Amino acid sequence: MQKIEEMKIQSSADVVLVRQAVRQFAIEVGFGLVDQTKIVTAASELARNTLDYGGGGTVKLETLQEGGRRGLKLTFDDQGPGIPDVDMALKDGFTTGGGLGMGLGGAKRLANEFEIESVVGEGTRVIVVRWK
Amino acid sequence: MDMTHSSKIPEILKIHEADLLSEWNQELIATNTRKGLIKEAELQEECREFLKLLRIAAQSGNLSNIQALEWREVREMLSSISRSRSQKGFTPTETATFIFSFKRPLFDRLRQQLHDSAELGEEVWQATDLLDRLGLLVIEAYQKSREEVILRQQEEMMELSTPVVKLWDGILALPIIGTLDSARTQVVMESLLQKIVETGSEVAIIDITGVPTVDTLTAQHLLKTVTAARLMGADCIISGIRPQIAQTIVYLGIDLTDVTTKATLADAFLMALKRRGTTIARK
Repeated sequence: MQKIEEMKIQSSADVVLVRQAVRQFAIEVGFGLVDQTKIVTAASELARNTLDYGGGGTVKLETLQEGGRRGLKLTFDDQGPGIPDVDMALKDGFTTGGGLGMGLGGAKRLANEFEIESVVGEGTRVIVVRWK
Repeated sequence: MDMTHSSKIPEILKIHEADLLSEWNQELIATNTRKGLIKEAELQEECREFLKLLRIAAQSGNLSNIQALEWREVREMLSSISRSRSQKGFTPTETATFIFSFKRPLFDRLRQQLHDSAELGEEVWQATDLLDRLGLLVIEAYQKSREEVILRQQEEMMELSTPVVKLWDGILALPIIGTLDSARTQVVMESLLQKIVETGSEVAIIDITGVPTVDTLTAQHLLKTVTAARLMGADCIISGIRPQIAQTIVYLGIDLTDVTTKATLADAFLMALKRRGTTIARK
């Protein structure tokens, strides 16, 4: 049974709710503690990026079933200013907002699949997938 | 013609105040499903007071703008009623019924006094409009008093959840439970630094066993706290790093090499004792 949920990210309280929902999904997919923590942490980074840099947006949580394996897919969308140089943004230590600059790259390393599309002036979409 | 000035409602409120009060009271008692929560005498007193203030406010002729000065006392009274109802455990519906149940007595009275159907329609509309506004005011005040409770609880929780405990002479422990956001970090940092000064401690153990997710922001907050403590002359040990958190930190690429970390609070405590030249021996 595929499960889908869409959530708003408008405040830092929403980031906490996203983390909780992702953990719930991860448990349902059957992730172990380490995988749960990895995808929850990636979700936390990306949700905060959506909020801080994208000016708020949404996240779609989807459970996946492909052949014998199960996974969790998260799609973060915002209509913010977009990222002019995605490669630069993915570099560790690069930040425009005073953070550690590890969030985006970290999220990429925590996930099995990572996709980012960004158009300046239109917004950013980040998709991460973690397989069991 | 300005309908507000020709309204009969102020006059009806004035002449029939006693009748309206007793009918309203009956209505309230009949609909009151929570008899245990409020005494009948108290309810009657509230009705009497409200009706008096309503009558005075209505004499101004203004029945549509309850934000005006002449309605101030009515607003204040309704706010205080809502507040006490919400504290007593009434639901929003039960609280608003206080106002809405006044509709029937007032409408009955209007029907008795007015025989022209156009006039009656207009007056009923004015009365219902006024009472609806007052009812909404009650709901808003109810909501506000609930929000105040939530806000107060948040503040209390913040204070509660950041205790700095003295484990040994010169050794402090700071168990963090829950999400470490900017506001929390501020409180944590302040209470830790304050305690370092008070006790002259040289080692502070920050235990993150109760932090469910450590992401880059949490790590940054932790590093800031460690740096601030170091500037005050205290060494920090971060304990409570569980296996899944350790792996996540590695993947995130967070550099914690400058910070001493331990898996458990017990390990961190032993290390702190060693640093202070103290050992524990079994007798």
